Amino acid sequence: MRALVVDDSKAMRVILSQLLRELRFEVVDACDGIDAIEKLKDAGTLDLALVDWNMPRMKGIDFVRHVRGQGLQPQMRIMMVTTETEMDYVQQALTAGADEYVMKPFTKDVILEKLGLLGITAG
Amino acid sequence: MPITAPDFAFLQTFVRERSAIVLDPGKEYLAESRLGPVARSAGLPGIGELVARLRVDPRGDLTDKVIEAMTTNETSFFRDVHPFEALRTHILPDLIKARSNERALNLWCAASSSGQEPYTIAMLLRENFPALIEWRIRFIATDLSQEMLRRSREGIYSQLEVNRGLPAKYLVKYFEKRGSDWQVKQELRSMIEFRELNLIKPWPSMPQFDIVFIRNVLIYFDLPTKRAILGNIRKLLRSDGYLFLGGAETTLSIDENFKRSQAGTTWCYRL
Ligand SMILES: C[S@@+](CC[C@H](N)C(=O)[O-])C[C@H]1O[C@@H](n2cnc3c(N)ncnc32)[C@H](O)[C@@H]1O
Repeated sequence: MRALVVDDSKAMRVILSQLLRELRFEVVDACDGIDAIEKLKDAGTLDLALVDWNMPRMKGIDFVRHVRGQGLQPQMRIMMVTTETEMDYVQQALTAGADEYVMKPFTKDVILEKLGLLGITAG
Repeated sequence: MPITAPDFAFLQTFVRERSAIVLDPGKEYLAESRLGPVARSAGLPGIGELVARLRVDPRGDLTDKVIEAMTTNETSFFRDVHPFEALRTHILPDLIKARSNERALNLWCAASSSGQEPYTIAMLLRENFPALIEWRIRFIATDLSQEMLRRSREGIYSQLEVNRGLPAKYLVKYFEKRGSDWQVKQELRSMIEFRELNLIKPWPSMPQFDIVFIRNVLIYFDLPTKRAILGNIRKLLRSDGYLFLGGAETTLSIDENFKRSQAGTTWCYRL
């Protein structure tokens, strides 16, 4: 399985990437939406993307709209992982085509349970 | 301060008589970490004084607080996922066919803690079986703890709690934001009757159930208690009903009247 982690915080990228590697994901990371679109070009097929909301240059939500709008990587499940906790944001993310939504701060179990909901199990 | 051996022995009996929960030797640390705060909030200097109070006044206000502190309330929305998938894909469609004349279903979640398990089932019913709105549905959820029942009726969950296992599309559809917390909408809250029920005390009168969830509570009990509770459930379960236990629990070698039965990707128990 292969995953993309998009977050402008290096610390957060490290945490999420490590967690996914423990689940035997191969991880590609990007520091904002523009970088993520760039990385998608030669990343091959991806199963999962964890996407922050607030990032410089291009926000996570715009990245999701772009990817879903262009029909890029249609098999890729997208999970927002963000400090935005208002109902309206969750709604916007789902409308844009995100599959799940995690509010920071999270624990490892939160991510595992959400992946379970997407039919992605550990190992 | 570490708990003394006689005080721990007293607590083992005290908790067991009132909740059936078995505190094994070696669980002293659990008593210390959970009862320290109970002692402090009662204005007592430590666990020694708390136990002294329980010895002289075992029916006082502190009793419920001590029992509640010693229970584990760990739960989450869609915990273990598979039982809920089984309800959605197999069990409810079958039951709806079988009950199409009566147009009535009775469900029970025993030991429902802070309510995530019954609300998960309520969301699943609304989402996938909207026609059931026209049916007579009795949905009872019970727990020993008044505090857990109060929380369940209120239906307010923290950000961490809604993060755990709850699909985002259900959060959007069935919850309202309340400050930094989230509250289950009235529409779902009104589907469930939350009632006090101590599994080891005589049970109040209840209907015959089509589906019973009693998950992650029998593990705390000894064999005779498990057997007695399963025996009581048997009397309340309809002959074609379904029983769900926690992932580490079983009826095998406890009550042979139940047969383990495949339910989607997991097991349930049937008569
Ligand atoms: C770990 S929770 C299980 C919650 C939920 N069923 C689940 O699986 O996620 C255990 C619950 O059992 C309750 N409990 C413990 N002893 C009980 C008893 N004797 N009668 C009724 N409930 C009891 C506790 O109050 C607690 O809420």
